[in-house]
Amino acid sequence: MDLSFLEPLVYLAWLLGAVAFVLGLIRMNSPATARNGNLLSAGGMLVAVVATAILLLARPENAATAAGEAPEGFNAVGWIVIVAGIALGGGLGLYTARTVKMTAMPQLVSLFNAVGGGAAALIAIDDYLKFSGAGTVPGLQVNVATVLDIVIGSITFTGSLIASGKLMGLRITPSRPVMVPGGQLVTMALAAITVVAAAYLWIGNVSLPVMLVILAVALIFGCTMTLPIGGADMPVVISLLNSFTGTAVAMAGFVLGNPVLIIAGALVGASGAILTKLMADAMNRSVINIMVGGFGGGEGTQGAATGAFGSVRELGLDDAAIQLAYASSVIVVPGYGLAVAQAQHAVRELAELLEARGVDVKYAIHPVAGRMPGHMNVLLAEANIPYPQLREMEDINPEFDRCDVALVIGANDVTNPAARRPGSPVSGMPILDVDHAKNVIVIKRSMGRGYAGIDNELYTNLRTGMLFADAKQGLTDLVAAVKAL
Amino acid sequence: MSELDIFLSNFTIFVLAILSGFAVISKVPATLHTPLMSGANSIHGIVLVGSMFIAIAANEPIAYLVSFIAVAFATMNVVGGYVVTDRMLQMFRRKPAAPKAEKAEG
Repeated sequence: MDLSFLEPLVYLAWLLGAVAFVLGLIRMNSPATARNGNLLSAGGMLVAVVATAILLLARPENAATAAGEAPEGFNAVGWIVIVAGIALGGGLGLYTARTVKMTAMPQLVSLFNAVGGGAAALIAIDDYLKFSGAGTVPGLQVNVATVLDIVIGSITFTGSLIASGKLMGLRITPSRPVMVPGGQLVTMALAAITVVAAAYLWIGNVSLPVMLVILAVALIFGCTMTLPIGGADMPVVISLLNSFTGTAVAMAGFVLGNPVLIIAGALVGASGAILTKLMADAMNRSVINIMVGGFGGGEGTQGAATGAFGSVRELGLDDAAIQLAYASSVIVVPGYGLAVAQAQHAVRELAELLEARGVDVKYAIHPVAGRMPGHMNVLLAEANIPYPQLREMEDINPEFDRCDVALVIGANDVTNPAARRPGSPVSGMPILDVDHAKNVIVIKRSMGRGYAGIDNELYTNLRTGMLFADAKQGLTDLVAAVKAL
Repeated sequence: MSELDIFLSNFTIFVLAILSGFAVISKVPATLHTPLMSGANSIHGIVLVGSMFIAIAANEPIAYLVSFIAVAFATMNVVGGYVVTDRMLQMFRRKPAAPKAEKAEG
């Protein structure tokens, strides 16, 4: 039977998949259509993968490589590899994605990003093994794409693993910035080695050892690039690495001459780059600033600030409960501390109790509250807090003037009024106008500083009462105290 | 088509796809950034298609090993990525019940 009609059909199926990716991303613009958009994108992926399987089953000669090796007939071992790989990877992905706690979700996304980058790099490695085995030099386009794929894919593989480890708080990858000995010098040396080695291959040499050097250098570079960056900047780094993976996948598309890899890879590369910039903007940081590392350097600032710091007013549990219960409007300001303590269900319980007493409760969500932009929305939504109650910063800021109590739970730098003046490490960062509220209650474990390493002027404000407790425990106690009123 | 023609047509696709990527993201509100990053993360799992090609083209143990890892990695990226994104987005649904405040007053 003549099956030559199959290739164009499969090509169209790939195109259909690519269209689904683009439309899926567009539908993820709005909370109402986002889930549908993700399913559309997943459907496109299924179509592309099934079409590929049909093509490879019926016309395996399509898998012929640029090095000139073509499979002869049905490759049984190849199919076992595919089925076993899909079963293993799919099982692991499904299990981890379904069991992960929502607070641990950013590190899982980073892990998925790492394996995606790893797969892209492996495609180029496999390709190069064939060329070096045959002793032929790949054409310039394949050659360039192969090297770029290995470099970018390997950087994103180790970089994302380190980022994931930092968010998990593993001992080998502490969340605090880790200075690589020789820092800049090492980075420059690694970059120089890569450039020289790549140039050597591109001018028409074929050498497996040189390619392995490039691979090793890129793997090391991924580590040295991510280690010096603090845990709070990890969201931006993960987003950047996500963009890198997209680019690596597009390069794999050039290596294999496959259009759907090029389209999807370039789409993610570009969208990831924009998203990275948006995230960095929300923190008033530049991407370059973050990649170079350090937030204004922690050395001099810490000791000096302590002396000038005024006294704080500690608030009793019952006082806090009375303030909340007899307020007419309360704005909850959740922060990183709430995410860490997993207090999202406790906060909902308190809010429902207050609403039952006729208190108007809203949530003020800073763009970078939690660990990633939008992360806090996800956590609060997990606790079944109605989406319309979650308000974005620009939207809620004018309402602080009219609000009776602002309840700050584990948020620090994003509420610091010092950001309005120049000369502070947080200067210029958009903040929530919590200090405009008539009363402020801050639930916090200690007077410890936030990521910026400076004291929060909000805490010494005369209208502020501090309730020193773990976010979850503090909220549970507040619920009990309000019930007892 | 010559090798150069193929490259030029692939490169055209590449550039246009980059432009679509820029256009798609500039409209997304901050609230959805995390799910969106995760959603984009699943899309580059398309590398699974490439991994399947190299598995079928493989003819020696090292190539089988490399393609096995690539297929497993890519599938983990695809399946895990979509499932975790769906879990995130599932939580944005509005509650079907009437607002709590009204119930309390009634």
